[in-house]
Amino acid sequence: MRLFDLSLRFKLPLWGGGLILLTALAVSTSFIVQAWDNLNQDLLQNAEDIGRTMAPSLFPALLHDNVWGAFEIVSLPFSANPESAIHESLIVIDNDKRVYVSSMPEKHPVLSELAELGPDYQALASDLPMASDAGIFERAVRGAQRIFVAVPIANDGVRLGTLIVTYNKSLLWQRFSRLLNGAFWITLLVLVVLLPITFYWGRRMMLPMRLVTDRIRRIGGGNLEALNPALYPYQDEVGQLYVAYQTLLSKLQEKAEFEKEMVKSERMAAVGRLAAGIAHEINNPLGGMLNAISTLKRHGSPDAVTQKTVSLVERGLSQIRDTVAALLIETKVKKRPLTPGDLEDVRILVTPAANKQSTQLSWSVELPATLPLPSTLMRQLLINLMLNAIAAAGQEGHVSVRTQVDENRFLLMVGNDGKSMQPEQLGRLFEPFTSFSEQGHGLGLWICYTIVNQLGGTIGAESTPEFTRFNVIIPFEPLHVTDPAQNLPD
Amino acid sequence: MSRLFRLAIIAICLFTSSLAALGGKEARTIRFAMTPAFLHDQHALLAEWRDYLEARTNRPVEFVQRDRYRDTMDLLQQQKVEFAWICDYPFVMLKKDVRLLAVALNEGKPTYRSYLIVPARDVQTHSVKDLKGSVFAYADPYSNTGYLVPRFEIKQSGQDPTSFFKRTFFTWSHRKAIDAVAVGMAQGASVDSYVWDALNKVRPDITAKTRVAWISEEYGFPPLVAQNNVPDADFLLMQDVLMNMKNDTHGRLLLARLNLTGFIAGSPKLYDRVAEMMRLFGER
Repeated sequence: MRLFDLSLRFKLPLWGGGLILLTALAVSTSFIVQAWDNLNQDLLQNAEDIGRTMAPSLFPALLHDNVWGAFEIVSLPFSANPESAIHESLIVIDNDKRVYVSSMPEKHPVLSELAELGPDYQALASDLPMASDAGIFERAVRGAQRIFVAVPIANDGVRLGTLIVTYNKSLLWQRFSRLLNGAFWITLLVLVVLLPITFYWGRRMMLPMRLVTDRIRRIGGGNLEALNPALYPYQDEVGQLYVAYQTLLSKLQEKAEFEKEMVKSERMAAVGRLAAGIAHEINNPLGGMLNAISTLKRHGSPDAVTQKTVSLVERGLSQIRDTVAALLIETKVKKRPLTPGDLEDVRILVTPAANKQSTQLSWSVELPATLPLPSTLMRQLLINLMLNAIAAAGQEGHVSVRTQVDENRFLLMVGNDGKSMQPEQLGRLFEPFTSFSEQGHGLGLWICYTIVNQLGGTIGAESTPEFTRFNVIIPFEPLHVTDPAQNLPD
Repeated sequence: MSRLFRLAIIAICLFTSSLAALGGKEARTIRFAMTPAFLHDQHALLAEWRDYLEARTNRPVEFVQRDRYRDTMDLLQQQKVEFAWICDYPFVMLKKDVRLLAVALNEGKPTYRSYLIVPARDVQTHSVKDLKGSVFAYADPYSNTGYLVPRFEIKQSGQDPTSFFKRTFFTWSHRKAIDAVAVGMAQGASVDSYVWDALNKVRPDITAKTRVAWISEEYGFPPLVAQNNVPDADFLLMQDVLMNMKNDTHGRLLLARLNLTGFIAGSPKLYDRVAEMMRLFGER
């Protein structure tokens, strides 16, 4: 596994941590360089300040040979706080390069030769210009332990001695390492605070992403799982990803639903075509056969046995014709618009069947006027649905019929409180020869479906444990009328 | 109306009389010169002592501080101060111009000594003669214990005090001479025993860096003097106040802080030994 293949859960905190480390290092480095620079600058500035302020007051002390006075002057910077002074010592030498007085009298005894104080001092003694008009002399050699700044103690062109400000590099380094130490701990503290925050932030950032990734991966397996939008209530890219995932999911669900509908309606259409084709093929010879039997009965003189047989054949053919007629729904019958009386007729027709089972019928049908719908088909539709409902409601069941007329459509709802239907029953409800009861040939609902379909409407069923209801919606002006050009025998 | 008028008259009278009293006081300030003969840089103590003297004499008192004895001697001779606490050497020199006012009691005696002090790590030195060729700190050219005594000792041993040391310098006070030895600038110094002992009480950390290598004979304690023109009344008043310091609580407290036990009238005879040493030097 390569580094770049790591989960963002680790990569984000790693990059964040790396950046923080890098920043801390860069800031610390620049700070350190700056501090070192400042320290060096401070040092020279400090030396110059000391020289400028002290040399004039040392002049009269030297002039009057006031050794103690000179000592009090040079030890002044060390008296307040010896730790904070960055210079090591202040030495006044006379023109013979002998110590006149020093702030460290034990190390630099009075009257000792400057060159004898140590190798650094020896080098200084040989370099130091002693001309009366010499300026400030600085000696900072790489290998040397000390840095010297020498300020002449002169007035009016007369030089009485030299003030030497000495800096010990180890002292400077000590101060600098104190700074370094401080910087190190502050950086560490910042890292200790920032790294866990970055780690937590990275994980938190990646958690919603991971959830989305998981869900999307599972879509392939047909597992459409919703994401709780409360998990990520913000409007940034991740929030948009959530919204996009949600949209994708609902689109996919719609598509699946649509495909299921498509398959179902195509199946129904294929079944319809097949049924109509077969009915048609049967219908033509059937007409001939019935005509022949009619002719035989009218004009022939068959014996008793033949007559009995012919009657048997006729009844059988009649049954076939009825069945075929049921399969071939004639839409092109003469169109009489639907009137309130038509529906009332249906009620009267169906009432005996209902009474036989003591079925309670609740009838709330109100037509404001005639409707532009074919009355014959509508009557058949209502009869079929009501008979079905009465059969399903069972003994002392309850059947309700309601209609509603909208601006441009007619709504019909037929319900019963009989046994509820299973989802698989609901799926195949309208297919021909699908019967869920002992009686009936299973064509009733197919006929309803075909009628509604031909009128450009929709029919659906819903079933709960309390009730089962068929809902029919038929627009007043059907957009298309399929033309099953059948003709049925009388 | 008349009552109000009377009140106003009384108020005016009171005001003018108080003004007069103030004016009278102002005119007769006592000026007292203080020198490094004692720890004269204890400013809080000096202020308190001054307040004490003001209260007891009922007169304004001003302390005039000079580091060098010569300056104080000039102030006395020019009559710019009434009284001064000086060293015994200047007293002997100014004998004609001043009167002995009082002598302080150091541990019950009107005497003190000269200490030869060396850095604490120097355990060899037992006499100034051991310090030949070293760097030596003197207190003041008019100091007995800080200048005259060591030079006298050197001269007694038959050597020349001017070339005996490699380098000498003046610190202008005993206290600073002790500092010079403590920081290691001088390998030796001669100081007032009273100053060293007093410093040993208030700053033992400084005296611990020094060691007393030699102790001189006793000399008369640095005297308090009055210049000749001071009126007798003032002289007696001041003498009385000083000598009575040991008799009241506040005075005793101040004396304790000064590391003294009291003041006596004293006698010029106390300083005969100093005069003798000066004469020996003068004969040279």
